[in-house]
Amino acid sequence: MTRLTDIAEVIRSKNAGPFTITFDILFATDADFEAVRSAGLINRATVCRLYGVSDNELLGFDYYPFARAIKFSLRRPVASGGPGDADVYGAQQHAPLLDLPALPE
Amino acid sequence: MIERKRDDEFVVVSNGMLGYGFRESSLDAAVEAGVDLIACDAGSSDPGPYYLGSGEPFVGDAMTLRDLRLLVRAALRAGVPLIIGSAGGAGADVHVDRLLGLLRRVLDELGAEPHVAVLRSECSREDVTEAVLRQRVHTFETGTPLTPGTVAESARIVAQIGPESYFPALGEKPDIVVAGRAWDVANIAAIPLMRGHAHGLTYHMGKILECGSLAARPAGGGDLILGRLRDDHFIVEPTSPERACTVASVSAHTFYEKSDPVMLAGPGGTVDLSRTRFEQINPRRVRVSGSTFRPADRYLLKLEGARLAGHRAITIGGVRDPNFIRNIDTLQQGVLDRIRESQRGIIDPSQYSVTFHRYGLDGVMGAWEPNRIPGHEIGLVIDVVGETAEIAEAVCGLARSTILHIPFDGRQATAGNVAFPFSPAEIPAGPVYAFNIYHLMEIDDPETFARTEWLQ
Repeated sequence: MTRLTDIAEVIRSKNAGPFTITFDILFATDADFEAVRSAGLINRATVCRLYGVSDNELLGFDYYPFARAIKFSLRRPVASGGPGDADVYGAQQHAPLLDLPALPE
Repeated sequence: MIERKRDDEFVVVSNGMLGYGFRESSLDAAVEAGVDLIACDAGSSDPGPYYLGSGEPFVGDAMTLRDLRLLVRAALRAGVPLIIGSAGGAGADVHVDRLLGLLRRVLDELGAEPHVAVLRSECSREDVTEAVLRQRVHTFETGTPLTPGTVAESARIVAQIGPESYFPALGEKPDIVVAGRAWDVANIAAIPLMRGHAHGLTYHMGKILECGSLAARPAGGGDLILGRLRDDHFIVEPTSPERACTVASVSAHTFYEKSDPVMLAGPGGTVDLSRTRFEQINPRRVRVSGSTFRPADRYLLKLEGARLAGHRAITIGGVRDPNFIRNIDTLQQGVLDRIRESQRGIIDPSQYSVTFHRYGLDGVMGAWEPNRIPGHEIGLVIDVVGETAEIAEAVCGLARSTILHIPFDGRQATAGNVAFPFSPAEIPAGPVYAFNIYHLMEIDDPETFARTEWLQ
């Protein structure tokens, strides 16, 4: 089994404004991007399951061929830097994506 | 080696953040090759609401002075405008004033008396309330409509001005422009738009250049980036010879910090990147074409506001006992219950909130953490935000003593549950702010929106 960390070049999260965190998975080659896309293992349902969110909380999940990228966003439970927040820049919310199965076998 | 500027291009050299440092040789090389504009973003909402709320800058004066000196000197020497946006970090009037103070020092040092335009974009609570009542403020990513009550609670409110708000000042040919909170693209886009360049390419170039060398590889260690805007395309390249812009680095940057990478919303419309082409024209330069602009039927400014949420006190401790770690959820609740009981009639639970950051369990991701298998030790930060500093410190002290001694089933270490590294264990951490406004305000005339002054 190939995990995302084995095939993606960049896996990151970051604030997109104080109320949203956006996640990027970028691939180095068209072939890697297409292989992951056609395998279909990275989809709305796997992301929702991973983060424990419902489908309507997941914003704009999509594959973007022009950047060889997968992108989605989540609304923050607490706005950046407010009481109860734990990640002001939203830069460490990507980690569980690393181990997601990306290709079968 | 940077190629000489051609007559048919508008060349911008851009620094991503005033005060984060860049190579002096990069700026010299760009200016030597010829530029039409030196642009520099100085702000962001990324470091959180504290800076807007408190009026403090998030970059130290010494670092800001260092960059400012180099940029001002280069601009005056080359005879091209320097545009700085989102002055002082959050871009409220107090931040603009602080930057102007630093600018005066630099100008004194240089013995220069340039023409300096100041654009202010802080909004009064009265003006925003009026806009709310006239239904000109639209709900955005907070998911809730703005109310006059929320406006009244805000310590400060700023609007991210667009390039059009720079036009009247730019018409007077300033040497330096210092703007309050601004859309990060505006600093780069204002002059080319006035000269008739197309919105789509101009904005897209601005979006790529506004973070400096973040769109180049290697991305680390902030540096400058250069853009050449032509009729039907633009070219981006790093100013430092060790870096390169690649199709991957530039298209990936198009993704950075935005939720929709194909439609980039700006104040007067949307940049459509669905037909954009990125081409590698040599190992260090990327050519971008095909980005178009769809004007909107109304002009919307992003408002940002922060309110004082309270005062913070924290305590830091480590837990090593596996029996405690197994019971941590129940014990936390027990601590909260005991504080409530012991303070009945003295401090009401509505006057404080307690967050347990549990590093080694779910401290980073909280409810989003899928892997809830704790490590052999847990770092605990007890984070109390109270109505007053006294309340925060009292509750934090109680939380510390209670968690140290709280009993639980199977407890064998009856002398104490937590290792505190410090004495005193409680650390007062000052005022806490929260973003309470992140809405879109409709305005009629962006050209007259900013308050324009000239530095005396």
